[in-house]
Amino acid sequence: MDIVSKDNSEYLIIRKNNKYEVVIGLEVHAQVLSESKLFSSSSTKFGAEPNTQVSLVDSAFPGMLPVINEFCIKQAIKTGIGLNAKINKKSIFDRKNYFYPDLPQGYQISQYKNPIVGEGSVFLDLPSGEKKVGIERLHLEQDAGKSIHDVDPQNTLVDLNRSGVALMEIVSKPDLRSLEEVNAYIKKIRSIMRYLETCDGNMQEGSLRADVNVSVRKKGEKKLGTRCEIKNVNSIKFMQMAIDYEANRQVDVLEEGGKIDQETRLFDTKKNETRSMRSKEDAHDYRYFPDPDLLPLELTDDFINNLKNNIPELPDEKKKRFIEKFKLSAYEANILVSDIETSKYFEEVIKNSDVKISTNWITGELFALLNEKNLEITESPISAKHLSKLINLIKDGTISGKIAKSVFEIMAEGDKDPQKIIEEKGLKQESDPKELEKIVDKVVNENQDKVKEYKSGKEKLFGFFVGQIMKVSGGKANPQLVNKILKEKLK
Amino acid sequence: MSDIIDLTLVELVSKIKEKKISSKEIISAYVERCEKSKKLNTFITTDFENALIKANEFDKNPNYEKKLPGIPLAVKDLFCTKNLRTTAGSKILSNFIPTYESTVTENLWNEGSILLGKLNCDEFAMGSSNETSFYGKVQSPVGKNLVPGGSSGGSASALAGRLTPATIGTDTGGSIRQPASFTGTVGLKPTYGSCSRYGIVAFASSLDQAGPMTNDVKDCALLFEVMSSYDKKDSTSVNFKRSNYLKNLNSSIKGKKIGIPKEYRVNDMPKIIEDLWQKGINIIKDAGAKIVDISLPNTKYALPAYYIVAPAEASSNLARYDGVKYGFRSKGTNLIDMYEKTRSEGFGNEVKRRIMIGTYVLSSGYYDAYYLKAQKVRKLIKNDFDEVYKKVDAILTPSTPSSAFAIGEKTDDPVSMYLNDIFTVPINLAGLPAISIPSGHDPKGHPLGLQIIGKAFDEQNIFNIAYFMEQQINFKSKIKDWWI
Repeated sequence: MDIVSKDNSEYLIIRKNNKYEVVIGLEVHAQVLSESKLFSSSSTKFGAEPNTQVSLVDSAFPGMLPVINEFCIKQAIKTGIGLNAKINKKSIFDRKNYFYPDLPQGYQISQYKNPIVGEGSVFLDLPSGEKKVGIERLHLEQDAGKSIHDVDPQNTLVDLNRSGVALMEIVSKPDLRSLEEVNAYIKKIRSIMRYLETCDGNMQEGSLRADVNVSVRKKGEKKLGTRCEIKNVNSIKFMQMAIDYEANRQVDVLEEGGKIDQETRLFDTKKNETRSMRSKEDAHDYRYFPDPDLLPLELTDDFINNLKNNIPELPDEKKKRFIEKFKLSAYEANILVSDIETSKYFEEVIKNSDVKISTNWITGELFALLNEKNLEITESPISAKHLSKLINLIKDGTISGKIAKSVFEIMAEGDKDPQKIIEEKGLKQESDPKELEKIVDKVVNENQDKVKEYKSGKEKLFGFFVGQIMKVSGGKANPQLVNKILKEKLK
Repeated sequence: MSDIIDLTLVELVSKIKEKKISSKEIISAYVERCEKSKKLNTFITTDFENALIKANEFDKNPNYEKKLPGIPLAVKDLFCTKNLRTTAGSKILSNFIPTYESTVTENLWNEGSILLGKLNCDEFAMGSSNETSFYGKVQSPVGKNLVPGGSSGGSASALAGRLTPATIGTDTGGSIRQPASFTGTVGLKPTYGSCSRYGIVAFASSLDQAGPMTNDVKDCALLFEVMSSYDKKDSTSVNFKRSNYLKNLNSSIKGKKIGIPKEYRVNDMPKIIEDLWQKGINIIKDAGAKIVDISLPNTKYALPAYYIVAPAEASSNLARYDGVKYGFRSKGTNLIDMYEKTRSEGFGNEVKRRIMIGTYVLSSGYYDAYYLKAQKVRKLIKNDFDEVYKKVDAILTPSTPSSAFAIGEKTDDPVSMYLNDIFTVPINLAGLPAISIPSGHDPKGHPLGLQIIGKAFDEQNIFNIAYFMEQQINFKSKIKDWWI
């Protein structure tokens, strides 16, 4: 089979003596988080009955006119700011003309030559380090409706609930070079938009999809190869599968002396392959022209600055702060900031608790628990408040780390207060030296033969004594104190 | 009460306010006359029964505060009217009944007016003779076998034939002013952005404007006042202070500077049109206003630019008529077949011609050469006007290069038909207001109009000039009721 180097820094396709580099660019379609559509007041709520969220404008009745939704404009600008991008003070809405039953107007209102957001960049946090990826542009456009082919055997049904919903198309430069980078890029864009609350990033509900541009070239070559565009891929896993298939396909074509045709392809998730949808010659002529129903969108500096001033702390800044203020490692900071809800949870916990222990517990026990139960952090069975309490109980020596794990397990069943669990189950750590001495004496007395062996040099037996003491105490003995007392007794 | 139909809109309003006449009497008189005037083929859909019910309601509970209390109006069938079929003169909308009302007609009803019915027009307002309607050609009351002009031909014919005391049309390249000129009536193309386009079947969005068509200038001022409003539902609607045009009407034009553009003196302009223009110039001079020779150098590019921009926008605006959601649908063996049959059967030839031109000029590889260049020309034309308006208050030109032509005379020669818009089209490209007033007759007794072009949102000024000229010209309609 194909030899693919999947080390993080280099993703190469190797055939005989040739090494091919894969060049990837993404066009992410992100649904604007907004109550109403881009040009009408219809609701955008997901999962409603078909055709219940459709206005006369969305269904393109004669004489109906689009009126821009200011909130969606703000969301696009905020996202642009989050992508460190230039906000264009003048942008134009164009009509992209084509016929399709789920496109009621016979054109999609989009932005062609003058998008609302220009060039920008994002930083990817890769195991090999940070990588800057260029953003070409972000523009606003309407979503189409949905054609349903599998309900009625004779007819295609159309649901216009999505028709007119605002999308942001975020176009990257062809800066991505590996599947790992694609993953990191999508996650970063998603993370930024979730921080900004401009897109919920929900890929299952179609709030985030991407068209993937793939080309290959021999390693070392400067010129880009001919690209193919894979349309409408709706999960990171499928994107990676599609890219891997497509890059290998292109390499095979080149290796056999062929050339790549610029074309649009579809990814078949069942067969795990891409198929040609239409060639460049068959490409639609969309006859773009400025929509005469909408004036050019002109933004004032005040309008933009007002949004700029209200941008929350974004993942990169937050990461920097976590590293500087809390002395976290870059790795830890990355994990904690990548999702805004995780970072909120973390900051809630450390408000009253030790940072180091909190970090370990969140990235260790809590993540494992969420992973096992397949839950988002917002659905965590353990609240930040109670986890903070648990950590304080460890810190002040009320319970040992080991006991804490059992308490954590009980907490996971229904967000119980760790203090109460400890009281009910009598799990409080024994830290009274007199009580501990009694236990130590008991264990030492009962194992005189082992004491002799220890004293004759078999120091490994120290662990045996500790184990016995813990057993007798039911795990509640304070380990530091036990160590201290035991050492005295064995002198 | 045969004299009811001879009253102007303003006279009817005062008679009704003075309680000398009831709404029912007015509407009955018009309905009766409409019933006898079917030969003109002005109506696509009538709503007489409802109109009479509403007249009764008005008379029982009259509100004289309204500007058009109990007054009947028939409107061009391009305005969507709630619960009443709206066809845009096309087969493709032959079964379309809107669930909503256009803003402009809503404004009429809010001021007490009552809908009589929907008037014939060229299909999707594409035409200059009202011969492209799916519902048949409209006959001009001016003379047998004469076109009323277009596209608001049904409106002009109904008004001149006194089947409605006033009416409204739409003007994309002359569709109000040219038929007004052909029928001896007054027609205003308002400044782009004055009247909301919401609920008007779109032809070319950046050019379309609704406007009043009336018997005289006073009526025109009143009707415009009612129609015009700022509307958030139309992003191109302009929020400016609308005045009380009728109340502010005055006929003093002394000291005003009126421009005469030399480029409108086109080759082989009929002498009768030249004489008409001169007559207008003399009237203005005699009144103590100043005539200023001006130049609008890019005028010659207006018509070609218009016939790129308008079809381009139309080709996109008409894409929604695809048989999927509403209107006419032809059965097809598959989706593409359904689209093709629906649109082939649903649209007439002129509409198809313009869709094809529009599709062509927007196509990749042609866009820059046609559409983009036309937009640049449009900007130059606008600049021409901006420049001359530094020197003059308004511009006087003929409305059309000829009087009304015969039915069928130009149907096989679209270019000659398009040339009829030569004086009106530049005004739409520049978004300016212009009014056509009846100013004389040709030797056959067919009316001729003069056009007064104003600055943007300066409708009051052109009303005033028109009002003064109207008094001086003292135009008398020669229409006899030959069709009854």
